[in-house]
Amino acid sequence: MELQFTLGTGGRVNSNKMKKDKDTIDKTLKRKHKLQAKEVKVFYDDFMAIKGIDMNIRANKITAFIGPSGCGKSTFLRLFNRMNDYVDGFRLEGEILIDGENIYKKKVNVEQLRKQVGMVFQKPNPFPKSIYENVAYGLKIQGIKDKNFLRQKVEDSLKQVGLWNEVKEDINKSALALSGGQQQRLCIARTLAVEPSIILMDEPTSALDPISTAKIEELIYELKEKYTIVIVTHNMQQAGRISDYTAFFYMGELIEYDKSKKLFTNPEKKQTENYITGRFG
Amino acid sequence: MNNIKKNRIKDKAFKVWGIACTFLGLILLCIFIGSILIDGLQRIDWGFITNLPSRKAERAGIYTALMGSVWILIFTTIIALPLGIAAAIYLEEYAKESKLSSLLEVNISNLAGVPSIIYGLLGLEVFVRVMEMGASILAGSFTLALLILPIVIVSTREAIKAVPKSIRDASFALGASKWQTVSQQLLPASFGGILTGVILALSRAVGETAPLIVIGALAYVPFAPSSPMDEFSVLPIQIFNWISRPQHGFEINAAAAIIVLLLITFIMNGIAVYFRNRWQSKFK
Amino acid sequence: MLRKFSFFQMRKLKETVIEKGLQASALVTIAVTVGIILVLSIEAILFFKEVSIIDFFTDTQWTPLYTDKHFGIITLLSGTLLTSFIAIIFAVPVGLSISIYISEYAPRSFRKTIKPALELLAAVPTVVYGFFALTVVTPFLQTFIPGLAGFNSLSAGLVMGIMIIPFVSSLSEDALHAVPNSLREAAYGMGSTKLQNAFRVLVPAASSGIIVSIILAISRAIGETMIVAIAAGQQPRLTLDPTVPVETITAYIVQVSLGDVQHGSLEYRTIFAAGITLFIFTFLLNTISYRIRKKFREKYE
Repeated sequence: MELQFTLGTGGRVNSNKMKKDKDTIDKTLKRKHKLQAKEVKVFYDDFMAIKGIDMNIRANKITAFIGPSGCGKSTFLRLFNRMNDYVDGFRLEGEILIDGENIYKKKVNVEQLRKQVGMVFQKPNPFPKSIYENVAYGLKIQGIKDKNFLRQKVEDSLKQVGLWNEVKEDINKSALALSGGQQQRLCIARTLAVEPSIILMDEPTSALDPISTAKIEELIYELKEKYTIVIVTHNMQQAGRISDYTAFFYMGELIEYDKSKKLFTNPEKKQTENYITGRFG
Repeated sequence: MNNIKKNRIKDKAFKVWGIACTFLGLILLCIFIGSILIDGLQRIDWGFITNLPSRKAERAGIYTALMGSVWILIFTTIIALPLGIAAAIYLEEYAKESKLSSLLEVNISNLAGVPSIIYGLLGLEVFVRVMEMGASILAGSFTLALLILPIVIVSTREAIKAVPKSIRDASFALGASKWQTVSQQLLPASFGGILTGVILALSRAVGETAPLIVIGALAYVPFAPSSPMDEFSVLPIQIFNWISRPQHGFEINAAAAIIVLLLITFIMNGIAVYFRNRWQSKFK
Repeated sequence: MLRKFSFFQMRKLKETVIEKGLQASALVTIAVTVGIILVLSIEAILFFKEVSIIDFFTDTQWTPLYTDKHFGIITLLSGTLLTSFIAIIFAVPVGLSISIYISEYAPRSFRKTIKPALELLAAVPTVVYGFFALTVVTPFLQTFIPGLAGFNSLSAGLVMGIMIIPFVSSLSEDALHAVPNSLREAAYGMGSTKLQNAFRVLVPAASSGIIVSIILAISRAIGETMIVAIAAGQQPRLTLDPTVPVETITAYIVQVSLGDVQHGSLEYRTIFAAGITLFIFTFLLNTISYRIRKKFREKYE
């Protein structure tokens, strides 16, 4: 499983005992630390956007990234599915590991990586196609053609996000006709359909009304049983409500990273305290 | 006070002038179309469309020229469409900022400004002579395809550019490759815009005369073409030929043929505008 | 798992092949330019082996189709410049007025309907305009210009002007439209009328866009063929008189193409020599306008 996104030339040779030991260590590590960043620096041409971050993110937990605009939290999030690759002048130093595997190695297949690491964006961005096509897209591009399988998978995914009952009659209608909140749940369903193990969310509720936001938050909370979730948010109440861990970023640096309860009630650093009490940002 | 009054009068006068200018061209166009309709409408009947060319003005028809135009249009589309769309996709989605891409950029902008008759000279030398196609439909289609290529590329790029970035993000984030994103999201989403550009480009091609004269298309072709290697005439050349004859009967024929040509052009433009409007409302 | 590897590997291979194919299509455009330059220069070089380049630029007659051959390109060039000049003199003031009216005076809904309508003027095939010039405009002008010949540069130029109006008005309007509203408000705030505002503030602010539109219109007029071939005549003549027949570079190429000229003959090569002259002119104009446009874009982005 952990090698799924590398393009190996064959199976691994397991005869070596050292290797076996390393695997066991990796596996335990994996259970604890799904995502790891090691001395990560990000440059856009000459501008340093991330200034050396070390961080371990736990599996099956919700981790929230908070911080003022331009602090680098979105850039950092997008490192985990390599969405920054398309930005002109982007350059990375350091390592990003998923299940102990460096995802910026040459041999990594980016498309396969992204199948493992789903992403939900700030503004709901359904494709201008039917609801069905939106959810089935991720599977179809992997070459899956079995109609019954696709249909079942679409239904399951829509049920998972609680959208099935609302849209089952209109499954072939345009996704653009849905409300903003429904669209965002559709986008989550679309991500779930390809069975990722990690879901990145970039301010997924910032464009939504309070009721839709509540529904999505509830959904995110349910999803953590099966998925590792990292969520960027501007909304500190949201971070406090749903996340297990919270990381506070400022000016491209990770200032503080702790259990959410601890960070919001008793932060170690002055900067964190200033931010969460609304003194700046 | 006096000065302010003067300024206001000037302002009003310019407004009237502006309206006059805006409608000047359109009014002239209407006068012209009106006079052509008066001259040519009486001449249009089924026989005029289906008759072969003739020395006698009353018996001559536009059948061979019309068929020539249709053949040319089909082959021009077949050649220019895939080439133009592929080039546009490359420039918009694949090309990184480099010397090559900026060279392509300048070059396409320049090609769009090259007079059509120059394309005729290119076609004459390359397609007619070197590739030995002769003054055939294929040679004419290649020539016109190169002529409209910049238009197809530019309008396709505009259409692809108009697809929101969020669609690309969503597709990539689901693990789609670049080509999957292009072929399954961007092209369908920009289809209306591409179609608009292509139809406008083809409406330009259907009215082109000079480059086809240069490659040696004929004014008089006894039969409608039956293969892409046949000699041909097109509607505008037929019109040009009739205009240059002294007898009044041919002037009327020219007017009648112009009505047909304008009808084709305006219908194509109308369809293009229709698709543009429908497509533009899609992302709003 | 093995199957999966090969699936993604296959996909990678397919991606590379597709990208190369797309790139090749884009490179076709370069091939077209290279082709044009090669074709024109090769034939023109062969032409200049037989005709002195000095004669080409200084001779005042152009008679390659007669027994007493002269190759003075100036004769054709004067026809081209004269008809283009008439077209520009007519189209620029009108087009500019339209653009100012539409962007500053007219209601917004009007803008949306009138722009496509004006662009229709550019969609009319040029052979049709030629017919218009010959059968409507010339007879009409003859009623008050008695000496006007049946073929003349005046009516060809004027009709060409009508055709290029949308080139000027559309691009200039875009440029005016792009001027930030704050600039307008600042001027109105000081009590200026729309007219003063338009000419003292907006036109200067949008000047590069307007210049580009005019250059493109000139380039278009110089390369226009059918209108002049039909209405301006086919008599090469070095003159500034707009009432007599002239021949433009483009009309000459059409005239030769209609006849039966042997491939490889001197007559055949004259059209390439004429063509390269035309190409150089339009190439320069297009390059200048591209440069201005690029500079302008950088300024606002």
